Amino acid sequence: MAVEFSPEARKRFAAIVGGYPKKEAALLPVLFLAQEEFGYLSGEAIDYVAKIMGISAARVYSVVTFYTMLNMKPIGRHHIQVCRTLPCALSGAEKITAFIKAKLGIDVGQTTPDGKFTLSEVECLASCGTGPMMQVNDAYYENLTEERVVEILRVLK
Amino acid sequence: MEKLLLRNIEAPNSHTLELYRSRGGYRALGKVVRELSPEQLIGEVKASGLRGRGGAGFPTGMKWGFVPKDSPKPKYVVCNADESEPGTFKDRLLIEKDPHAIIEGTIIAAYSIGSHTAFIYIRGELVYGANVLQRAIEEAYRAGYLGKNILGSGYDLDLILHRGAGAYICGEETGLLSSLEGGRGWPKVKPPFPATHGLFGCPTVVNNVETLAALPWIIDQGPAKYAALGTEKSKGTKLFSVSGHIRRPGVYEVEMGYPFRQFLEQDCGGVPNGRKLKGVIPGGASMPVLRADEIEGVRMDYESFQAAGTMLGSGGVIVMDDTTCMVKAAWNIARFFAHESCGQCSPCREGCHWMEKIFSRIENGQGRKEDPDLVLSISGNIQGNTICPFGDAAAWPAAAFIKKYRAEFEAHIAQQRCAVLASE
Repeated sequence: MAVEFSPEARKRFAAIVGGYPKKEAALLPVLFLAQEEFGYLSGEAIDYVAKIMGISAARVYSVVTFYTMLNMKPIGRHHIQVCRTLPCALSGAEKITAFIKAKLGIDVGQTTPDGKFTLSEVECLASCGTGPMMQVNDAYYENLTEERVVEILRVLK
Repeated sequence: MEKLLLRNIEAPNSHTLELYRSRGGYRALGKVVRELSPEQLIGEVKASGLRGRGGAGFPTGMKWGFVPKDSPKPKYVVCNADESEPGTFKDRLLIEKDPHAIIEGTIIAAYSIGSHTAFIYIRGELVYGANVLQRAIEEAYRAGYLGKNILGSGYDLDLILHRGAGAYICGEETGLLSSLEGGRGWPKVKPPFPATHGLFGCPTVVNNVETLAALPWIIDQGPAKYAALGTEKSKGTKLFSVSGHIRRPGVYEVEMGYPFRQFLEQDCGGVPNGRKLKGVIPGGASMPVLRADEIEGVRMDYESFQAAGTMLGSGGVIVMDDTTCMVKAAWNIARFFAHESCGQCSPCREGCHWMEKIFSRIENGQGRKEDPDLVLSISGNIQGNTICPFGDAAAWPAAAFIKKYRAEFEAHIAQQRCAVLASE
């Protein structure tokens, strides 16, 4: 099946593009929409975005590969992103990452076999006073301890 | 000290229009669009002495004044909410707790240059903050502070919230504009400056969240009252984000010129667990570290930090106690910059990775005798040789760690292991 927006997504696409003074400026929000629709940005998804935006696939590809939040591969339902930058490192981020690795049985960059969790280490998330911290999908979890991590992982479905 | 920037954040529902207005919010906007010409407004901001709070400290009124008045092109204002400098989380607090102060400031800035389209570029990870801002923008439209004929003045402005997608470089203003144009966040050569050739080649002003959030108070209370605060060249108040080995981390509003040692020891409660201060980075990870013995007499303003050999930067204060391995800290920062280099200029693209590799091998017991000087040489060859200030931001801290803690680097190399962690 060819990659294509649902009628609902097509409406949102029109609204996004209509909100900008120039169409090309809407590329990032359109890519977020495509990622939401398709789960990740495959080669077909990139071609499709290029077509509806009226720009080259090479241009879209150059943008997709530049930003950390745009994924070209499938990821788990819950994307765990532990901050590793200095303030969090001083607060014990390494131990938190090691704990999550052991708990989930995966390494950084891997996804659990059931597709539930992907573990990443990321750079500063502007949460330095409340480290160690992690972002899971859209939500921030701060002042982490091993006990809190256990509780958070338990609650995530 | 009276709080200017943090005046609302502790109030319940501080993010709502109702609360903001109950405390005098949007009064400044009314004054601006009804009583002041753009020239008068720029004059007031110049008189306040407000300088850009994103890191560079450039006078805000002067930046606005560079925008040509007679340009036939559209003009744009962009609020830089791409807060990504390690150690910095002040803008996030304002975004989540006082979004209307940012919106009002953005409208005031747009009025000063005659812009009818403004953007808030927020880093993509701040989903909660983006939702708070979006709701606040909708409230402001409904109340007539945005859209057509603002407060009956005949002035029109649309404000668009734009989310980034994860790239530190988009906090650099020309990188931000490239990103907002729908491209990679590659910085552009200056000149020409954004004031004449910015977004889509049109005159553009980019101001930091904290800069814009200061404007309503300045206009409402008068520039003289703002200029009375701080030092001769660093006026007003500044937000400092404090993290690391410190008893009370958080965001603090400080009058410019406040004694740094007193701030760390009294306001923030000092280093906990009976440990001693080993070093502190005062302005975000881009800025040179200060040893504990170097903070004596330093004051919290642009000039005093500069005289101490570092910079105020974003005000991201990262505190390190005497258990900290400075090789590992330097490696952590070098790894950040290696990860975030946009890859456009070869000294930065290659140099950042070289520095990271060298710090990594020293920390992991494979350092070579010549490594400290090799890092200094690489750092020196990056500085001043890149399109944007990222190169300097990566090069300065690397060199500072080596110069200030050289014995620790040499001990790692001589013993072929991390001496600091081993002693724990």
